[in-house]
Amino acid sequence: MTSSAPDTFPKLLLEHARLRPSRPANREKDYGIWQSWNWAQVASEVEALACGLSMLGFSRGDKLAIIGDNRPQLYWAIAATQALGGVPVPIYQDSVAEEMAFVLDHAEVRFAIAEDQEQVDKLVAVKERCPLLEAVIFCDPRGMRHYSQPYLHDYTDMQRRGSERALGEPSFFRAEIAKGRGNDTAIILYTSGTTGRPKGVVLTFNNIISTAKNAIEFESLTDREEVLAYLPMAWIGEHIFSYAEAYCAGFCVSCPESQATIMADLRELGPTFFFAPPRIFENILTQVTIRMEDAAWAKRKLFRYFLDIAKRAGSPILDRKPVPFGDRLLYWLGDLLVYGPLKNTLGLSRIRVAYTAGEAIGPDLFTFYRSLGINLKQLYGMTESSVFLCIQKDGAARPDTVGAPIKDVEIHVAEDGEILFRSPGAFQNYYKNPEATAETKRLDGWVYTGDSGFFDSDGQLKILDRAKDVSRLKSSELFAPKFIENKLKFFPYIKEAVAFGDDRPFVTAFVNIDLEAVGDWAERRNLAYASYQELAADDAVYDLVQGCIEQVNRDLAAAPAVAGSQIRRFLILPKELDADDGELTRTRKVRRRIITSRYQPLVDALYSNRATGYIETEIAFEDGRKGRMGAELAIRTVGIPVSMVEPLPFKKRVEA
Amino acid sequence: MKRVGDRILTADRITLAFGGITALNEISVELRRHEILAMIGPNGAGKTSMLNVINGFYHPQGGTITWKGETRRRMRPYHAAAQGIARTFQNVALFRGMTTLDNIMTGRLLRMRRNFLWQAIHFGPAEKEELAHRARVERIIDFLEIQAIRKTPVGRLPYGLQKRVELGRALAMEPELLLLDEPMAGMNVEEKEDMCRFILDINDEFGTTIALIEHDMGVVMDISDRVIVLDYGRKIADGLPKEVRASPEVIAAYLGEPHGDEVPAAPIPLRRAVAT
Repeated sequence: MTSSAPDTFPKLLLEHARLRPSRPANREKDYGIWQSWNWAQVASEVEALACGLSMLGFSRGDKLAIIGDNRPQLYWAIAATQALGGVPVPIYQDSVAEEMAFVLDHAEVRFAIAEDQEQVDKLVAVKERCPLLEAVIFCDPRGMRHYSQPYLHDYTDMQRRGSERALGEPSFFRAEIAKGRGNDTAIILYTSGTTGRPKGVVLTFNNIISTAKNAIEFESLTDREEVLAYLPMAWIGEHIFSYAEAYCAGFCVSCPESQATIMADLRELGPTFFFAPPRIFENILTQVTIRMEDAAWAKRKLFRYFLDIAKRAGSPILDRKPVPFGDRLLYWLGDLLVYGPLKNTLGLSRIRVAYTAGEAIGPDLFTFYRSLGINLKQLYGMTESSVFLCIQKDGAARPDTVGAPIKDVEIHVAEDGEILFRSPGAFQNYYKNPEATAETKRLDGWVYTGDSGFFDSDGQLKILDRAKDVSRLKSSELFAPKFIENKLKFFPYIKEAVAFGDDRPFVTAFVNIDLEAVGDWAERRNLAYASYQELAADDAVYDLVQGCIEQVNRDLAAAPAVAGSQIRRFLILPKELDADDGELTRTRKVRRRIITSRYQPLVDALYSNRATGYIETEIAFEDGRKGRMGAELAIRTVGIPVSMVEPLPFKKRVEA
Repeated sequence: MKRVGDRILTADRITLAFGGITALNEISVELRRHEILAMIGPNGAGKTSMLNVINGFYHPQGGTITWKGETRRRMRPYHAAAQGIARTFQNVALFRGMTTLDNIMTGRLLRMRRNFLWQAIHFGPAEKEELAHRARVERIIDFLEIQAIRKTPVGRLPYGLQKRVELGRALAMEPELLLLDEPMAGMNVEEKEDMCRFILDINDEFGTTIALIEHDMGVVMDISDRVIVLDYGRKIADGLPKEVRASPEVIAAYLGEPHGDEVPAAPIPLRRAVAT
């Protein structure tokens, strides 16, 4: 980067407004049509907002909490805050009031911008406990008429006052922006916290901009990309893809109409650059599978036939590898009849680059999308690294690796398998948490990721699991729970799975059924059920899940390294694991320790000879009330191939 | 806080009989601008009949209706609709094969100025007009948060959402008075909460006067400004929710016997006591 290049996002914004004023910068579907704003308009929106904020008393170094679904106004609020030398602090919009209060308090937030009444209510509820919080701005005035709190401000009013001031004092905005430096704090992002309290990751403009630029160069992204912003704004991935990269490359970011319309909006928009965590790809596949099950006989046949062709020929064609002419022809026909229309329905026709990360992705799931001709790749990164550490190159995408380190990133695998990195994107510190910072970012600049992994022969990094989660069975065979859980979750009927086996004689599992898929399956079999709990306890559903587990066991038996991890016993949980109950993180990762302790009686039952287990759990309702739920659950023992019943001595089997 | 305005509708001594059965017996009801009025009463008390009289479905044998200063012996449904009275029905009455969008669009019918031929050609003024109506409809869709089902045929929607679409269609008429016949019947708690919020928001944002029939006493006491109690075609109470709740006659109608000075704190049971 040369010294004259813009080193903050507000400077980048001004540059785009100058270079490509009439290119679209933001779109939002509202009242049924896509409304759009070009870069010049965005610049003036941000200017008015920044002036409005400063009239409320916002000054350099202040923090602005941002709470809500993806809305252009909230992205502008990030830019406006940064223009004023403040620090945006996005908060997960589905946080309960308590979680919100922690972040507001910890980050010493003075100003907050909330999308709607729902979020304002939470802020009003915690206002007492956050004495620093001075002003709350709301975007959607609906239902806000009778709120008399003096600290509430309407976005439109504030912005209008701001634009009047901007007219009167046109140099203010640019002067404030000019004060910004690349090594100023750009944003504080609170990690969802798989363990303990969330930590505020402090990133500078230099961190984010240099990482984003390297990633843009790696994928040759241009200002013509189309992106749909639909993941939580408080998550680093969303911030990088829908804000940082958009501001660096100058492409357009679109916001969906509502959370419920994302799939329809995706289809209308046809993004070229797309990110989704594995669970979204899983959901999409589940939808497709369900719809194909309901389709006519001929369509089903056609779908299955061409899917087999795709499995064989799709990935090699995408990777530009030699493929027999016959397969190529069939694939072309399949594209015409099945893959093309399918991708079009899903809104994935125009994808140039699609990423998945955050969790390991099931190999079958990964291959499914690639075989359709969607350039789905994996990457490796985290909040502490401004995302990009490794990205798979086009043509080198594999389901079990995360790619090689990109430009300027150094990766080192420690003796014990933990992955360390050093990069320009490496975070500054955890906000007001020097102990955690010292533990993660050592003096020589290496950041300890807490992930365990290794480089394979062609230089791509392979992630096993969180370092603390990889363990061994009693027989000292490797037990990587996530690996097993992902295999289970590939079945549309299984929404979530938790495998146990650490220092145990064999592997067992909890299963969460997918209500939509299993419900549909039950409906087609005229299976009556009144509730999730009843469906989950049904014998036929147990049979269905057992079938899935046997399939997984067969797959596991085929790979010597994990053959010992076959699932012996399982049960189906009577309730969905839920972030509100603390069982999943807000990004829907399993919180293993909490689940183990909460369901201890069930884990014990899995390792006993009993055919049932009893559990009573506390559940939190959406309105914050708590209730208790008791259930007697069936436990099934799964047949293990004969050779496994009396395991051969460890060493001998390795040779075999 | 909210300002309740002048009288917008007065039904004076309405009497309605079907053969020998008197459904409404000299009932007078007043509606003031911007209020939410709830009508409660046991089954067969005449609540729906009263709504039907107000919007002209039934023609009463006696009494008059004054709507915005104009007194009539009886309303006609067309008049009522054209002059700003919209309603929803106890049993959802939508076009099941049509999408949510089209159903709500039918609510704009009375406001369309171009005739059928113009609209069939769909050009120039007709197109412009349709766009304007579509914009109104989209605002309603946004208001009721039903964007995700915009293009779904209503027959495929769950009951709670169908009720919401029906409300949307009534709103599309931009009514001054909205009559809701059991808007929350058959809904779960969450759907009821949503519906309450929509009713309050409509009343609040558009200033629409609302008369509703509802059986859920919790809802009635929560959202209405005034409550009327009907029993066997007679009006036995009319007042603020807390007054009505304390009225001995109301308690008697619901419970069958006077309770002295004891006021039922919990929701009033909905079943009529065994008539003797």
